[in-house]
Amino acid sequence: MQKIGVFVCWCGSNIAATVDVSAVSEALSHEPGVVYATNYQYMCSEAGQNTIKDAIKKYGLTGIVICSCSPRMHEATFRKTAAAAGLNPYMVEIANIREQCSWIHKDMATATEKAIILGKAAIAKVHLNAPLTASQSPVVKRALVIGGGIAGIQTALDIADAGFEVDIVEKSPTIGGKMSQLDKTFPTLDCAACILTPKMVDVAQHEKIKIYSYSEVEAVKGFVGNFEVTIRKKARYVNENVCTGCGLCTEKCPQKNVPNEFNLGMDKRRAIYIPFAQAVPKVATIDANYCMKLKTGKCGLCEKICTAGAIDYSQKDQLIEQKYGAIVVATGFNPIKLDNFEEYSYSQSPDVVTSLEFERITNAAGPTSGQLLRPSDGKHPHTIVFVQCVGSRDTSGCGKPYCSKICCMYTAKHAMLTREKYPDTDVYVFYIDVRTPGKNFDEFYRRAAEEYGVHYIKGMVGKVAPKADGKLMVQASDLISNEQLHIDADMVVLATAIEPDKSARPLATMLTASMDTNDFFTEAHPKLRPVESPTAGIFLSGTCQGPKDIPETVSQAGAAAAKVIGLLAKDTLTANPCVAHSDEMMCNGCSSCEKVCPYGAITYVDKEFRMPDRTVAIRRVAVVNEAVCQGCGACTVACPSGAMDLKGFSNSQIMAEVDAICK
Amino acid sequence: MQVNEIKEFRPKIVAFCCNWCSYAGADLAGTNRLNYPSDVKIIRVPCSCRVNPMFILRAFQRGADGVIICGCHPGDCHYTSGNYYARRRMTLLFSMLDYLGIEKERTRVEWVSAAEGAKFAATMNDFVETITKLGENKRLEDLRCKE
Repeated sequence: MQKIGVFVCWCGSNIAATVDVSAVSEALSHEPGVVYATNYQYMCSEAGQNTIKDAIKKYGLTGIVICSCSPRMHEATFRKTAAAAGLNPYMVEIANIREQCSWIHKDMATATEKAIILGKAAIAKVHLNAPLTASQSPVVKRALVIGGGIAGIQTALDIADAGFEVDIVEKSPTIGGKMSQLDKTFPTLDCAACILTPKMVDVAQHEKIKIYSYSEVEAVKGFVGNFEVTIRKKARYVNENVCTGCGLCTEKCPQKNVPNEFNLGMDKRRAIYIPFAQAVPKVATIDANYCMKLKTGKCGLCEKICTAGAIDYSQKDQLIEQKYGAIVVATGFNPIKLDNFEEYSYSQSPDVVTSLEFERITNAAGPTSGQLLRPSDGKHPHTIVFVQCVGSRDTSGCGKPYCSKICCMYTAKHAMLTREKYPDTDVYVFYIDVRTPGKNFDEFYRRAAEEYGVHYIKGMVGKVAPKADGKLMVQASDLISNEQLHIDADMVVLATAIEPDKSARPLATMLTASMDTNDFFTEAHPKLRPVESPTAGIFLSGTCQGPKDIPETVSQAGAAAAKVIGLLAKDTLTANPCVAHSDEMMCNGCSSCEKVCPYGAITYVDKEFRMPDRTVAIRRVAVVNEAVCQGCGACTVACPSGAMDLKGFSNSQIMAEVDAICK
Repeated sequence: MQVNEIKEFRPKIVAFCCNWCSYAGADLAGTNRLNYPSDVKIIRVPCSCRVNPMFILRAFQRGADGVIICGCHPGDCHYTSGNYYARRRMTLLFSMLDYLGIEKERTRVEWVSAAEGAKFAATMNDFVETITKLGENKRLEDLRCKE
């Protein structure tokens, strides 16, 4: 039997005005197990806390009930008080007689009656409380950033600047991501390379940052503070430490017919290549799918001409194992494939391009050296039609149901820049809505429409058809004048919807991080914890969490870094002890609990049991990883055998409260 | 002549509130001094998915007249998906209870966020009114545990 002390707080007149506090302490003093009951003006004050401490020592209390304000207000306070008097802090229960009693009831008799019942429920619960100890686990002071785009770069720099080791894993040969492919950036029109490449150099030169380029995450084990990650470093057939990035091999390689992915296949590169001039690390990579030496054994030219002796045809994939305290996901996005949108003739005409392709065409380092030329005949286009929402806000199933968020702004940018550089070009933009929520965004759009004379037309493009004379016939409706329009265009630019990178889904499975139906990572709380995954120790940065532009990505990257720094600054992690626990004698290993766990905290082990007849049986039983469990209790209800229970909110405790309330 | 005193019916109502949204919503109702009947007694649970159907059966067995479960709005669950589990489980349980003769109106699942103190109070007022009209819950009485 517990020895319980009851402490009823007046909260000045907040409680005492509508609840007869002495009647409450008197009534509760007769409850079974209660050895001491009192009331005091302010229990949370120093004098009030001393009353509690003295009573714990004097009466040898094993549990205390405090009838006061909401546990959300002072539970932590009273737990500390208990701990200071040598009582386990989880032996404290609070009956909320202020917010949920005295403040909402006017009649003293009913309020007092209710306060007594709430007190009884808390006493019934505390009878079944057990001392809980929070487990401690050490924190590995190193972070992993998956993805080396602007999100990953910013996160890594911020974490490293705080003095922690950071590794970046990037699947392509260079960091930089999508931003490195952009020309200018809205709404200020500074060039992407001018603001990104210095950051890439900072990353390369930072003593706390290590880049694993051309690498992928292969496996993830462990939990917050202690992840064990296997990284596959793909063979690039070039010794990174020796290659000087002179680029001679990329000029001499005889295999000239490889589509250049950096320019989205609009020009060719060699089989040995450096993606772009400012690549980090600036190291050549051999594309094994095209290299003659690797495919047929004949050639070997790059090896002969490399003065540094960096070429190594015998290189193999390497597996690197490393421990991390925190993992940041920054896997980014890709434009969707346009197979479902045949009406725009993307696959039929080279003059129908996506916005990212248009970005490369206008980029000085792009396939046309920045001159706006039609891909089909290299002539200057005089009429350009921009189509917005290609695959965005599309509930038909062909595209994506969400708004891709960045398209309105980059289309305004493209339209404006085209008009500025080539005033003889007619520019049409077809839109459903123009969405410009961001600082200086609407001003930017209005400038495009008003100052630069871009024709904004509310309506959708129904069809784009190549004509015999090389032009594109654009059929569209103008919803405002309710007219059908036919425009002969030289080029059509599709503001293609963006989707999370394909690597995100398998990665989420490895990390047991949750995703929404569109494969964007979900955040722990959409408003209050937007950069954390519900899985402890996993953080989100950039478009892997939802469409966003560069300023937003950079702010989120910084926020994620701050959260990681907060985690890595701790030497040990104190877990919430109110976690699930499985009684292995009752567990039948059915996996029901594992399926509902949002955190992947439940695993199974084969365990030996000594049977009454002295034989040994091996059974599969559930084991909860206390460092990963967040204590929601979903598993406790799913468990058909009743083996799973939640510490601090056990079945018997809640039943006892129910009984006390319904008495 | 003997006059029997007619005792006013006061329902017993158990409200399970998730710690992160609805319990905070109930606190906010208190902070804003929004009245609702004292018949409602709140039990704090970490998440609406912690509410075992056993708790509800137990409450009715012990004489509760109504049970309400409050959780975070869909999509806002602190634990991502707990309220969806609660919604599914309770849908099944409530139709079974209906089959047993416990009217559907006696059970309810509501989404109340931490900012919706007014909604919490309104919900409770409405629920108590519904239960008061229904009267005492006599079902499961036979199964009632005798002390």
